[in-house]
Amino acid sequence: MLENPAVLGLATIILGVGGCLGYFFLSNVILDKLFFPPRGEDAGKNINRANMVRPWLFLFPALFALTLYLAYPVFETLRLSLTDRDLGGAFVGLENYRKMTAEPKFWEAVRNNMLWLIVVPAASTAFGLLVAQLTDRISWGNLAKSLIFMPMAISFVGASVIFKLIYDTRPVDQNQIGVLNAIWLKFDGGLGSVLWLQVLPTVLLLAFAAIVGYVAWIFVRDIVAKGSDKSVWLLPLRLLLAVGGLWLIWLSLSSVVSIWFEELPFGEPQTWLTIPLWNNFFLMVVLIWIQTGFAMVILSAALRGIPEETVEAAIVDGANPFQIFFKIKVPQIMGTIVVVWTTITLTVLKVFDIVFAMTNGQWETQVLANYMYDKLFRANDWGVGSASAIVIMLLVTPILVWNVYNARKEMR
Amino acid sequence: MAGMARKKSALTWAVHLSVAFLVIMWLFPTVGLFVSSFRTADQISSSGWWASLLPSEQNEVYRAKDPDDHRVADGDRFVVTGNIFEGAPREIRSWGVSSRNVSAYQPGETAEMKDGETVTLQPDGSYTWSGNDKQLSGRGQRIFITATVPPEFTLGNYATILFSGTGQDNMAKAFFNTLTVTIPATIIPIVVAAFAAYALAWMEFPGRALLIAAVVGFLVVPLQLALIPLLKLHLDIGIGKGYVGVWLAHTAFGMPLAVYLLRNYMVGLPRDIIENAKVDGATDFQIFTRIIVPLSFPALASFAIFQFLWTWNDLLVAKVFLIDSTGSTTVMTNQIVELLGTRGGNWEILATAAFVSIAVPLAVFFAMQRYLVRGLLAGSVK
Repeated sequence: MLENPAVLGLATIILGVGGCLGYFFLSNVILDKLFFPPRGEDAGKNINRANMVRPWLFLFPALFALTLYLAYPVFETLRLSLTDRDLGGAFVGLENYRKMTAEPKFWEAVRNNMLWLIVVPAASTAFGLLVAQLTDRISWGNLAKSLIFMPMAISFVGASVIFKLIYDTRPVDQNQIGVLNAIWLKFDGGLGSVLWLQVLPTVLLLAFAAIVGYVAWIFVRDIVAKGSDKSVWLLPLRLLLAVGGLWLIWLSLSSVVSIWFEELPFGEPQTWLTIPLWNNFFLMVVLIWIQTGFAMVILSAALRGIPEETVEAAIVDGANPFQIFFKIKVPQIMGTIVVVWTTITLTVLKVFDIVFAMTNGQWETQVLANYMYDKLFRANDWGVGSASAIVIMLLVTPILVWNVYNARKEMR
Repeated sequence: MAGMARKKSALTWAVHLSVAFLVIMWLFPTVGLFVSSFRTADQISSSGWWASLLPSEQNEVYRAKDPDDHRVADGDRFVVTGNIFEGAPREIRSWGVSSRNVSAYQPGETAEMKDGETVTLQPDGSYTWSGNDKQLSGRGQRIFITATVPPEFTLGNYATILFSGTGQDNMAKAFFNTLTVTIPATIIPIVVAAFAAYALAWMEFPGRALLIAAVVGFLVVPLQLALIPLLKLHLDIGIGKGYVGVWLAHTAFGMPLAVYLLRNYMVGLPRDIIENAKVDGATDFQIFTRIIVPLSFPALASFAIFQFLWTWNDLLVAKVFLIDSTGSTTVMTNQIVELLGTRGGNWEILATAAFVSIAVPLAVFFAMQRYLVRGLLAGSVK
């Protein structure tokens, strides 16, 4: 009877919920009746005492879970990363880290993780902002948002299946059932291919470079312009933006050149997930598809929160829609954009399911979380596995510190 | 002025079109999976799902009847007649008698083979195969056809996945396992976190600010770090791999978000109500159960949805803390990953399995989207 998981589950719900409620109720009763009864000569003192203990009764189960399941493992993993399981847990110093950094697969994972960290938050936030802005004023905006938000409910594994169907490959003499290959085989190197695969990307890249240049210019202009506020600490930020913008422009211009000199294998169905470097982007698309909805929801709320007067004033001053967007709206929701960006960054750092389900790190698509899983549970190398977990923790730490700092600041 | 209005409406049209384009882009992948789960294996492999409403072309192989039993003498030759479609007619586009050229002939034509052997195939599938004694012996002649098949949809895939399938193809058990993991792992953290959130929001004690900061910090600790130490712990204290372990793990991993969300919400509740209750002599426990919990319903619902989606969709925690080598406690995500490995090309199985696992979260999503959005906003925006 108890072996049946459904019965076990039901029993657990009753025991768990009942146990929690019972614990909270009884511990309060015991505190008030047994230890510090509000009677007799110490009544006032006892009430105070009871009220000092009570918060900890309320907090205890949650704190216990947090300490045991999140705080303790951080230190235990750190300890494991410095020991060797095969030597009976002997302390080996940084040996595991040395072993890990000597592995090309680790560096491949680090490189890919960096790519993910740049591309996914940027693309999701950009798409989210785009959708949020576009749907802001149209009648069916809420429906559109709800549909773009939908992938949030889909598991990474489910999304992997969905996209594997898109990337599916059949031999050349059969009908392609993956939409990417079906589209790809429509190109034959003729005029259409030139238009779609060379002219259009060129135009898009040039437009992207132009927008980046325009935005960067908006920010840099103020340094040169007279009369605007020139607070000293904004200067490096603006210069950083300018340098980043220049780098993006250089990147897009060099891509334009390579578009025109690349030889493309027309007419051959491609196994997309096995093309090194590019396959990383095909995996990233899955996460971007999921995370865009998240970015959109939050940025949409932030856009709604912008005071109407600021936008109206800009219209009166003759600003064009692009200026209103980049110069009036975006600066006002910068804080939210940063929050969205860091939240997606955290998701990216922990991304495991997508890579595990789609390529399992083959064809140079390894990422840290999957590398770690590989080491821990397939190679059974707890030392190196823990070391790579610590690397993930280190990458997360700046965000952790920043979040805690902000929370503290806000509470004061 | 008129020019400005025209410019304005052009811009509006551009906005509508761009949004429509983006929505289609975002829906397309899911719709593909959905449509594929209703197609037969033959249909899936013969055309892309976007063409599923159009007739598709399929290559099929038939064999003429066994000549030793069915041949009829016709002068010094023998003839076998029959129909390749036994009750399932197809529209033949072309046909052939050799696998090297499967579409050599049109229906109605006669294929001339070696030494006067011939096959004639009519559009309705009836054939005449004639030749001498030696030619019409052994096994029946193979006939390759390229047929146009009308669109065909089926619920058979779901029947296989949910009921009749065997082994990995049957998701019924995994479905219940997932449910068994999810429900306690959603309810228990809510109870635990609600009390803690109340303490952090409305009770005065030293170290409160520090604890809140710690919860914010725990929000981002990657659960990857917890895998080995806790698995070790679970094995040491005798829980091992199983439901109890996975419930505990999910409860704890959901705790930071639960406490954070609920505390932020409870802090915003009107101070008067709580202080009046205190003046009237209500204990903290009473205030919590009678006032705080009912008023916090939206926040509780938000967190419940998050935790439900996260535990239902989880793969890593289940793999580490639940699924042992017997595999009897496998959850749907894990079974789908295994199917991807073993049945990588069987899209009717894969698509249906994936859609079964996606359907429940999608239903929850559309039913309770309001709370999900509210929770997201409370959880991220300050």
